Amino acid sequence: MPRSPLARKEAGLAYALLLPALAVVLSIVLLPVLANFWISFKAVELSDLRPPKPIVKLQLRQWPKNHGDPLVIRYSLRNSSQKLPVNNILSRQKLPAGMLVQELDSRCVFSNNELRCEFDHWPAGYREKIQNVFITDDTFTTSKKTFKQSNIEISGEAENILTSFQFTLKNYIKIFTNPEFFFVLKTTFLYTLLGTLGSLFLGLFAAQLLNQHFAGRGFLRGLFLFPYVSPVIAVAFTWVLLLDPFSGTLNTMLVKTGFLSEPLNLFGQRSVMLNLFGFEVQFPLALSTVIAFESWRYFPLAFLFILARLQSIPNELYEAAKMDGASPMQQFRFITLPQITGILSVMFLLRFIWTFNKFDDIFLLTGGNAGTRTLTVDVYEQGFALADLGAGSAVAVIIFALLSLFMILYFRFLPQGEEESNA
Amino acid sequence: MPEWRRALAAALIGGVSACIFTVIWGILLLFAGIEPILIPLQGAFISGMLTGVFSEIKSLGEAKSFFISIGLGSILFLFLNDFSPWNINLEKQALAAGLGTLWVILITVWSTRKVLAGIKLEGLDRDEIERLTIRIFQGMGLLFFIIIVAFPFIYMVITSLKSQMALLTNPTDLSISFESGMGGLIKSYQEVWTTFQFQRYIWISTVVSVGTVGITLSLSILGAYSVTRLRFPGRVWLSRSILIIYMFPAIVLVIPLYSIFSQLQLRNSLLGLFIVYPATTLPVALYMLKGFFSTLPAELEEAGRIDGCSRLGVIWRITLPLSLPAIASVALYVFMIAWNEFLFAFMFLDDPEIFTLSRGMVSLNSSEVPRQYLMAGAVMVTVPVMVLFFWFEKYLVSGLSAGAVKG
Repeated sequence: MPRSPLARKEAGLAYALLLPALAVVLSIVLLPVLANFWISFKAVELSDLRPPKPIVKLQLRQWPKNHGDPLVIRYSLRNSSQKLPVNNILSRQKLPAGMLVQELDSRCVFSNNELRCEFDHWPAGYREKIQNVFITDDTFTTSKKTFKQSNIEISGEAENILTSFQFTLKNYIKIFTNPEFFFVLKTTFLYTLLGTLGSLFLGLFAAQLLNQHFAGRGFLRGLFLFPYVSPVIAVAFTWVLLLDPFSGTLNTMLVKTGFLSEPLNLFGQRSVMLNLFGFEVQFPLALSTVIAFESWRYFPLAFLFILARLQSIPNELYEAAKMDGASPMQQFRFITLPQITGILSVMFLLRFIWTFNKFDDIFLLTGGNAGTRTLTVDVYEQGFALADLGAGSAVAVIIFALLSLFMILYFRFLPQGEEESNA
Repeated sequence: MPEWRRALAAALIGGVSACIFTVIWGILLLFAGIEPILIPLQGAFISGMLTGVFSEIKSLGEAKSFFISIGLGSILFLFLNDFSPWNINLEKQALAAGLGTLWVILITVWSTRKVLAGIKLEGLDRDEIERLTIRIFQGMGLLFFIIIVAFPFIYMVITSLKSQMALLTNPTDLSISFESGMGGLIKSYQEVWTTFQFQRYIWISTVVSVGTVGITLSLSILGAYSVTRLRFPGRVWLSRSILIIYMFPAIVLVIPLYSIFSQLQLRNSLLGLFIVYPATTLPVALYMLKGFFSTLPAELEEAGRIDGCSRLGVIWRITLPLSLPAIASVALYVFMIAWNEFLFAFMFLDDPEIFTLSRGMVSLNSSEVPRQYLMAGAVMVTVPVMVLFFWFEKYLVSGLSAGAVKG
């Protein structure tokens, strides 16, 4: 379709205005997502981030006591990487005056007081010691100490493991063959689903409470947003201290009043045995506490949205229902609920996605221990705690795949027009 | 006598509310440094029931029944609790016990009357029973929410003001001791502020957050204007991608960014944060501004164009002034995200000289650092956000609502 010059000019301006924002987002968000796929197929460890380097260390085997004595230098050569070779290594060392060659390694040349050694190829994990012997004459005045500190320049060409074209499925095999992984998956879904439902339920309840006029309502609305607005690091540590089994206020209080016979390690204990009607049930304690925290911290968001929606329901609907003799519960069931299902389902999908993505909260509360390790915490655990960046990336890819699935669902079920009116 | 159903309801409401408020007074006593015993609550329940019934005997007149129920209720409450409610020694802490008793009974009468107001309960009317239930739930719900929301924050402040000794000897003592004077009270703050360098970190956090707001806003205003007002191929597709991109979790970006930044020497530098923070907040800002710009009438801008303004001139002279409230919302929201950000600060910063507050907090979380220091740090991280929040609540709330897709 031919386009008018004016339209072309407008499009040009549009791209120019968008360019900076797009450039930043592309390079810092989209590029890393792609890089993540790339890394997940590589055997990269945290230590590999330093590229392979040739390393040389100088050792004096024999120091001349008198002029004419030999000076024996041993060089320990090493490739810093256990995985990748280094090629075309060149080492240069300026030597003080008054040294004459007696015996030189075949790869080294000595001229103009400079020792040059060239090597073609050091395989991964390469180590070698070479020895050069010099004779000193009377112009040699350097002390042993200064000599030891003399500078050796060494350079080499090495492949960067991040940019090489060696791929492996090892990371995925490692993840999927680990039985722990399916437990992590289960934990993630429990945490995500219950955390989302918990925050929605609390939010709905709080919104109902504040959807009426009374003194102090504005203040309470502000107060209810506290958990969401304050920094996660502050509230997470507060919860940890408050629930501490030994010196936490809550446990001490419950023990003193006799509700508990001994303190509960709410963030540290995987499960407790509960006796429900004669059945012994394993109750996941730490996971439940983390879910409670999640519900507590994010209910304000659901509260805010639901309250806004409740306030936009025209009062006439309720008045008409009252005239028809509807009881308060019926009014809730037949007027309020249908009016807020839209916002509830959008909030559910969004909160579900965001709870699924959440890392900070669990990491700060339990560090992923005691049966609370979700996929996001697993990324950290694999990538940094166990220093296996490749495996960490593989978990991140799994997160990304699941997330894509949720997003497809989100756009499929998003009520028409909700996307635009949301903002 | 009130009708029996009404009396029964009043008794139940009175009993339950007396129990609840007895427990609450007990918790309040903790803040005064008094060690209460909360259980058993039978005394509270029975006296509450009778207080509830008395308060509903309307034949004596409103005022008379009020005073009778308060008087009789208080005496009953004291009597049933062996004259030492909350296990308080009446001689020593008469004020705490007396005030508590009066408070519990007063509030029991008040809540019974409030809940039963306008409800006759002459028959089993579904409407009335539901209204009754809803009122009870509302009352308990409000209490529940106020306690669960406020208590952790109060605990945070109180712990930060206590000494190590006091914390270890009695964890349930929530009182603040003024014995060692003002200096002893704010000792943890002084320590955290100077020894743990929070005076430095608060400054770094401010610079990083304000810088992020500046970069994000300037880029997103241009971008959002372009997406809402200009026509170009790929526009619809782009609008949708913005929403998708900003649901990407930070944890997926962390390993690649860590690797790349390590190799570019950007890790362990504030420059790295100045790159990552705007990039992660840009999609939210674009999304929010896009939503706002599309509510502005395009005619205003067209008029500006006709009067000879350039496109950028239109943005500067018409769009920006009109959308100042929206921009304030976005700015506050972005500031909040940057200020509270933990993951990247934690992963990227190693050098204590350039920590942000969040990163600095992590070094306080060690078994060698007393816990009141950790809480003092928490208060310092939280207070600036709270101040902003109360100052600009209106903008922040609309920002939260618009950007709430971000978690």
